[in-house]
Amino acid sequence: MSNKHIDEIENQMKLANESLPEKECSLFADDRPTTVGAFNKYYEGFLNWARSRSLWMLAFGTGCGATELRPLMTSRYDMSRYGIAPRPTPRQASVFVVGGYASIKTIKRIIRSYEQMQGPKYVIALGSCTINGGMYYDSYNTINRLDYYIPVDVYIAGCMPRPEALIAGFNRLKEKIRAGECEGMNEYVEKFDWYKKNQKQIIKDWNMPDYNW
Amino acid sequence: MEQLIKKIKGMVHLRAYGKQRDDLHFVTVDKAQLEMILAHLKNYEGFTHLAFLQAVDLLEEGKFRLIYMLYNYSTNVNLGVNVLIDRDNAEMNSIHKLWAHGWQYQRELHELFGIDFPDSPRVHESFVLEGWEEMPPMRRDFDTLEYSNRTFYQRPGRSTNDPAEYMKEKIYKNYPAAPVIRRDNE
Repeated sequence: MSNKHIDEIENQMKLANESLPEKECSLFADDRPTTVGAFNKYYEGFLNWARSRSLWMLAFGTGCGATELRPLMTSRYDMSRYGIAPRPTPRQASVFVVGGYASIKTIKRIIRSYEQMQGPKYVIALGSCTINGGMYYDSYNTINRLDYYIPVDVYIAGCMPRPEALIAGFNRLKEKIRAGECEGMNEYVEKFDWYKKNQKQIIKDWNMPDYNW
Repeated sequence: MEQLIKKIKGMVHLRAYGKQRDDLHFVTVDKAQLEMILAHLKNYEGFTHLAFLQAVDLLEEGKFRLIYMLYNYSTNVNLGVNVLIDRDNAEMNSIHKLWAHGWQYQRELHELFGIDFPDSPRVHESFVLEGWEEMPPMRRDFDTLEYSNRTFYQRPGRSTNDPAEYMKEKIYKNYPAAPVIRRDNE
């Protein structure tokens, strides 16, 4: 294969970043995300055990469900008993709790934050709104199904779910992590074009790179 | 308050007056005289606070009703100044020179109702809806369910319980008719 041919294929593998202005294109990465496989079965099992015991939650309250995170974080329900702690930035977080309804304006920030989180990363969707739209199913401004835009590991139904339900959801997430079933990050990479198509369908003013590294 | 209404009547063409409570009154004035009466109320009558500026879509009459809710801190009285404007090519004078925060309300009204305020600063910037392409969604002829079905993905298996039907079935099954709340005006 000639060098030219390889260059062409490499270019096809790059992200287009079409909606960025020309002068800003060089400022953003255009690499596609890649899947991360297990290094070794037993080693990965140990890592999953360790991961499930130190969950760092992104403290980004996207909807009214974030109200339930405050008693969960603080002394009343004290989630640090379960090895969960809030972090202020997506770069340091591993669990994204989407709190309730997500408007189109918010889903743009959710996608941005989710992509900026470092792997392995998990998503808990809280409340009925993330499952099927809940009481906002006919709203012009809120999405109905979160799993069309980012992969979701655990749903917690309710409007609102109590902090006890959230604790149960976190424990379910831990079980799934230990069983090695939380492959949302790789799923996002494998179905990347499908997710991007859905996202761009509703976010009309897409003014960020196609993948926020 | 009666004195004030009399005074307003002398100054502008008062289309309607309504009293809801001792501390909540509404007057309806002409579009052209609105700024004048607002400036008077602010500068001379003590209504220094603009609590909100909202619109009501009167689809059947082809009008928008704009409500400028003013508040007087010394007498604790709310006064709503209403004005009716045409629904087609809805346009209104800006009040951002009277109340600096008025521009934000006007920006919101421009986005959600499609009412234009030509002089208002930053009125054409998007407020909550980024990149909105349809008709303004708070207009009553905008079908949100149809839009939602067209744009977002429905999860099959959704069911709803109408509270009234549900209670009739579960709680008031043995009763000949469910109790009805009677209000004064019925």
